[in-house]
Amino acid sequence: MDLLLSILLIVGKSLLLITLGLTAIAYYLLADRKIWAAVMLRKGPNVVGPWGIWQSFADMIKFMVKEPIIPDGANKGVFILAPLVTAALALSAWAVIPFSDGWAIADLNVGVLYIFAISSLGVYGIIMAGWASNSKYPFLSALRSAAQMVSYEVSIGFVIITVLLCAGSLNLNDIVKAQDTPYGILGWYWLPLFPMFVIFFISALAETNRPPFDLVEAESELVAGFMVEYSSAPYLLFMLGEYVAIITMCALLVILFCGGWLPPANIWPLTEVPGVVWFVLKLTWFFFLFAMVKAFVPRYRYDQLMRLGWKVFLPMSLVAVIVVAAVLEIAGVAAK
Amino acid sequence: MTQATPQGSPQASPKASPLLAAIKSVFLKEFFSTFFLAFRYLLKPKPTLNYPHEKNPQSPRFRGEHALRRYPNGEERCIACKLCEAICPAQAITIEAEPRGNDGTRRTTRYDIDMTKCIYCGFCQEACPVDAIVEGPNAEFATETREELFYDKQRLLDNGDVWEREIARNLAADAPYR
Repeated sequence: MDLLLSILLIVGKSLLLITLGLTAIAYYLLADRKIWAAVMLRKGPNVVGPWGIWQSFADMIKFMVKEPIIPDGANKGVFILAPLVTAALALSAWAVIPFSDGWAIADLNVGVLYIFAISSLGVYGIIMAGWASNSKYPFLSALRSAAQMVSYEVSIGFVIITVLLCAGSLNLNDIVKAQDTPYGILGWYWLPLFPMFVIFFISALAETNRPPFDLVEAESELVAGFMVEYSSAPYLLFMLGEYVAIITMCALLVILFCGGWLPPANIWPLTEVPGVVWFVLKLTWFFFLFAMVKAFVPRYRYDQLMRLGWKVFLPMSLVAVIVVAAVLEIAGVAAK
Repeated sequence: MTQATPQGSPQASPKASPLLAAIKSVFLKEFFSTFFLAFRYLLKPKPTLNYPHEKNPQSPRFRGEHALRRYPNGEERCIACKLCEAICPAQAITIEAEPRGNDGTRRTTRYDIDMTKCIYCGFCQEACPVDAIVEGPNAEFATETREELFYDKQRLLDNGDVWEREIARNLAADAPYR
């Protein structure tokens, strides 16, 4: 009976999170398009509902009712499986994200490792799609994507290690609590670990195939990358997976570097605001940054991308791991 | 570093020291300046027009869909002189004419414009001695089939009836410059 209740509770929580999350994604997607348009002095989608607020839902209905086309030469099973893998993996990462103190579906002790593993698996969806399409552009795109995501995961890993050294825990909840100092916003890890914060932000862009690192779907070279052969609902799942992964990366930035649900200062009116509000506000701020970067940074060339990943970020984050460990050891605050 | 060593390649600008460049790139100087530039653009008023609901102002000389006009008493203006047919560079106009039964005046029995051939140069309007064929202000006459764009006389006369007020106003507005 207890087991049944706890299973029901988990299912209920998951459904609630997915429903709220997907609704939020619809508006983050719209915001992305609106911000991109506004920087280009366009208005963006503004016809479906006031200010276009129903645009994402109209798009969704259109994707659902259109015919999914599976090319003759494609490997049917893998072709269908690829978008499912992408979307499911992207969504499952949200199980460990704490929205407020203890507000996570699964309060894993190795939450960081779990997210890292899940987001690394995301590349499988892209490789499967590129291979199963049996078409040249998706294949090239999948090769690029595999190399790109693997390269940046290395430096993301080292950046996360520096945060773990400071926080002394792999639990996302505890990482946020470790940032709860009397200094408020200045005590969060973005300031002491500023170069790591920057490296993580840029690597997150590369990891989610966002501009300026969207070589995976560089439309001037690869038409639409690994999604060329996809249409209707499978394409929708890819888009969904991509945006969920972006939001996950934003959430990770918030948790690792910007104090999760903590208010920017421990003074009265700010401490009364629920933690989840601070979390969503910070998340939205990082998503705004992602959207702005998409609007104003030109796309990297592939060799520049690789140079940045292997010759700049990897040595920098390696040195940072050593420096942070040394400083913590000397200062005597190393996590035991 | 007091003496610059002459080199074959063009020298970089003197202030670009590697240290300064490194500081700039570590603190994302260009990123932030571009961010604020983009942010200013984000807040600027947008020049986009909500097209079907908002439209740009239109010149009285605008050359849109063709129309055949009538006199106020309902008599059609066209006298079948075929000047428009002659001047049409795209040869889009086809006219057949004979004396009308009741009063013997020369009228067209057929006045066709192939709108897919027409280049909207306005020469037919220029050539017309009686202001019968004109290009009106309407530019929204897209059709679903090609055949619908082969206009006949009745279609053109109907256009004239529908757009007469706008056409007359535009002709009056443009008259001082002719």
